[in-house]
Amino acid sequence: MSEGIDEGLRSKLQQQGVWVTSVQELYNWGRKNSIWPLQFGLACCAIEMIATAASRYDIARFGGEVFRPSPRQADLMIVAGTVTKKMAPQIVRLYNQMADPKYVIAMGACAISGGPFKQGYNVLKGIDRYIPVDVYIPGCPPRPEALLHAFMELQSKIDEQKLSGANKAAHLEPEEPSEFPVPEFGKHDLEPPANPNVFRPPAIERA
Amino acid sequence: MEGLEQIKARIKAAVPGAKIDIVPNPSPANQPSLVIDNEHARDVARFLCDDPALRLDYCSNVTGIDWLDRSVKKTVKVKKVVDGEEKEVVETTEEKLPGYLEAVYHLYSMAHKHGPVIIRMRTADRAENACLPSLTPVWRSAEFQEREIFDLYGVRFDGHPDLRRILMWDEFEDHPMRKDYREPNDYEYEPTPHDDVLEKAKGHYTSRPAEEELKPS
Repeated sequence: MSEGIDEGLRSKLQQQGVWVTSVQELYNWGRKNSIWPLQFGLACCAIEMIATAASRYDIARFGGEVFRPSPRQADLMIVAGTVTKKMAPQIVRLYNQMADPKYVIAMGACAISGGPFKQGYNVLKGIDRYIPVDVYIPGCPPRPEALLHAFMELQSKIDEQKLSGANKAAHLEPEEPSEFPVPEFGKHDLEPPANPNVFRPPAIERA
Repeated sequence: MEGLEQIKARIKAAVPGAKIDIVPNPSPANQPSLVIDNEHARDVARFLCDDPALRLDYCSNVTGIDWLDRSVKKTVKVKKVVDGEEKEVVETTEEKLPGYLEAVYHLYSMAHKHGPVIIRMRTADRAENACLPSLTPVWRSAEFQEREIFDLYGVRFDGHPDLRRILMWDEFEDHPMRKDYREPNDYEYEPTPHDDVLEKAKGHYTSRPAEEELKPS
């Protein structure tokens, strides 16, 4: 919806053959229907992502079929699978190399929290420890429909982004970081184990 | 295929000085194995691989075992003279056995379609002397799996062509499959904690505010 114009007036104008829009609406419409994901998969979730891109589920219906092999050309990072601690610095580096505006979908239990490997020593307990995540899809693995749902959620999120004003989109704020520190390989764990500026887990209250 | 006793006797004949022990396996699997001393391990392995009757040319699996230090209690009935009378007294003696690391090789024969013959090697201890001779020169398929044992158990294989960590990063210092390994404590939420996990998760809980504090004043 464009701001500053009454929805009723807009509808009346449309009946008369006059189509009124705003730059923001047009801009977001263009962006949300042409999201190019980064082409990489980490584990079994990647199989579902491939199925989503193939003919049966066909992510092209939503404008997301152009999987790019380079982060410079991608808008969306689908973290599809288990992020091991050895792989995590590379994921963060790929995210840093993507051009703004960029979005992240954490696909599956592992990418969200470590999933069944949460108690292990070698799996990152959620990619949101290092980079901001826009949409989380639970599942092990999530079905292609779930990935399409997440994609549509992301589209509606893009559609609502403001181009100006106090709460404009993060990529338009010069102060907002678009790159995040890449964790180092430490002696016992990644250093740091989480980025406190990104990762704010809820405190658990228990008696 | 001949039995382990027979194989043991033939190894001893072929490799003079080799110390071979048979480890029985009383479980339903019933797969006894041979413990080979480190000094003659390479020669024994070569014999097992090349012997025309055995031809164990395929090493299908190599894995590690961590045996912690343990103490064994033994109760012995001893006759003693107590207060002028001879009585039977039960004495318990505690024997401390040092821990060690072990590598287990499962060998098959592609030529004769038989197997497995299981061989083991043991390190002197779990720290600075955790060394074993590498059997990669005999079975090439052992290369990555010996690297894995090096990575996860910390056994150093002498004579290995490329001994580096294979799963964890090079800067990592621990050996995660050892029984005394403790993983970094980086939990933030545990949906169904239990046992050890519950103890660990408790450290991350904040106490629930008392009911009086929750009431609007």
